Amino acid sequence: MAAAPYVVIGGGQAGLQICDSLRRLGYDGPLVLLAAESSPPYQRPPLSKKFLAGDLEAERLYFRPSSWFEKNAVELRLECTVTAIDRAARRVSCADGSVVDYARLALATGARIRPLACPGADLADICYVRSLADSEALRARLPGAARLAVVGGGFIGLEVAAIARTLGKSVVLYEGLDRLMARAVSPTISDYYAALHRGHGVDLRLGCGIAAIERTRHGLLVRDANGGEVEVDIVVAGIGVVPNDEIAAAAGLECRGGIVVDAQARTSDADIVAAGDCTWHYNGFLAREIRLESVQNAVDQAKVAAASLLGAGEPYVQVPWFWSDQYDVKLQMAGIGMPHDNSALRGTTASGSFSLFYFRDGRLVGADSVNRPADHMACRRLLAQGTMVTAAQVADSEVDLMQIARG
Amino acid sequence: MPKVTYRHPDGREDVVDVPVGWSLMEAAIQNDIEGIVAECGGGCACATCHVYVDEAYADRLPAIGDMEGDMLECTAAERQPNSRLSCQIKMSAELDGLQVTLPDRQT
Ligand SMILES: Cc1cc2nc3c(=O)[nH]c(=O)nc-3n(C[C@H](O)[C@H](O)[C@H](O)COP(=O)(O)OP(=O)(O)OC[C@H]3O[C@@H](n4cnc5c(N)ncnc54)[C@H](O)[C@@H]3O)c2cc1C
Ligand code: FES
Repeated sequence: MAAAPYVVIGGGQAGLQICDSLRRLGYDGPLVLLAAESSPPYQRPPLSKKFLAGDLEAERLYFRPSSWFEKNAVELRLECTVTAIDRAARRVSCADGSVVDYARLALATGARIRPLACPGADLADICYVRSLADSEALRARLPGAARLAVVGGGFIGLEVAAIARTLGKSVVLYEGLDRLMARAVSPTISDYYAALHRGHGVDLRLGCGIAAIERTRHGLLVRDANGGEVEVDIVVAGIGVVPNDEIAAAAGLECRGGIVVDAQARTSDADIVAAGDCTWHYNGFLAREIRLESVQNAVDQAKVAAASLLGAGEPYVQVPWFWSDQYDVKLQMAGIGMPHDNSALRGTTASGSFSLFYFRDGRLVGADSVNRPADHMACRRLLAQGTMVTAAQVADSEVDLMQIARG
Repeated sequence: MPKVTYRHPDGREDVVDVPVGWSLMEAAIQNDIEGIVAECGGGCACATCHVYVDEAYADRLPAIGDMEGDMLECTAAERQPNSRLSCQIKMSAELDGLQVTLPDRQT
């Protein structure tokens, strides 16, 4: 009987990277990628950015051409949703009734949108942006719409708001907390972005959750928690995601708001690894457990997971980074700046090009850069190397941070 | 369709048809050219799509934007005067025949 394949569940950025890394590391046995969606693995970031704004063909988002899967002998099964993992039998079962035996297993099931919970949340035409299909559906509706309500002042809601304003739509944005991107950035950055969006004409309602959505003759009526109501054509919600850890939990793998993995991306079963948005993991750089939703995490943790599948586990110690594009302003984040006990501004907010460097116990822990990529890249390096810099140094624009990082 | 040649550090060359409007990064990815990583998918946020462009085409290329200029300071392989981020170069008829050389590393 032929050897059972290594099986990867989830055809997102992490799943694809695990397959790629396994081949690069020399694994030449059978490899199967089981993917619930109908498109081959694709980039998600453009879905709330240039893909939504323009007319890019979907294939331009694909990570690899179809020939890559053949050349690398990766058996990609699209529209194949795994429903159960039988660890004793080393076998997964799929929604279409098929079963696949595995020698080793990787979970890269990602996350799914958190749906709105208010009355009216079940109206069929509320939009979300997680998948290519979601973004295509929203994109198709934009030309016929003049008024949007965006629920959620996180990265995705703000990116969608920026695109909609750029396309000339009126936009009301509701955020229940009193500032934007509150979990990820400091108040200085939140305030800067609030002014940016207001300057572009977004009707920004902070500290204002939504209470209900109703269908009207001409659109949708959004009632907010403060008693206001606005009629719009489209409601887009971006209120976060939920990790897809149910099949792992049902198979008895430890889950805690994500599939728990160690620094080698191993689950509580030695033959099963996990990577990407679905994991609650230990990051050696941060020296703590965390769940991250980012390209960096999907790619870097997947590399660790692939190495662990082959038995040679380098620990996961990479510096987290992230970016967000809103209008012509690029926000880049290095490290995890929250919480911090000191911060230093480099550049000026008035110039529209500045970075906030964050310190905890005298050590640099991260930086948020606004239209200042050089600072961001320097910070990533400084963090990765553990180079000591002071708040006074980073605040002085004359000090060349890249030079310090290069040593 | 305009053609672009991607030259690998070992001298191997891949000649690819690039649709007008696509970036050199997208064309490399969709043709499975080794050596372009493009972690951020064209967001000008990762500098892992670095290439060295043929000098003969230098004046036909779009100018280096502020963002791109800054990111080029942070490439894994050394920046040269002809360094560009391939995600920031859109294909046009004038660029037909362009040759780019891939650096020995992107990360
Ligand atoms: C609109 C948007 C914009 C973003 N912008 C940025 C950005 O600017 N910068 C950044 O760093 N990050 C950004 N991100 C986040 C980044 O895209 C994700 O962190 C990354 O894609 C996670 O990859 P993943 O493979 O872990 O998960 P996913 O991409 O969620 O992939 C998981 C895949 O597994 C499939 N799956 C789940 N369960 C099963 C099952 N049981 N069987 C089979 N298949 C299954 C899912 O259908 C999905 O296709 C953005 C995300 C979105 C949605
Ligand atoms: S693809 Fe990331 S900078 Fe070009």
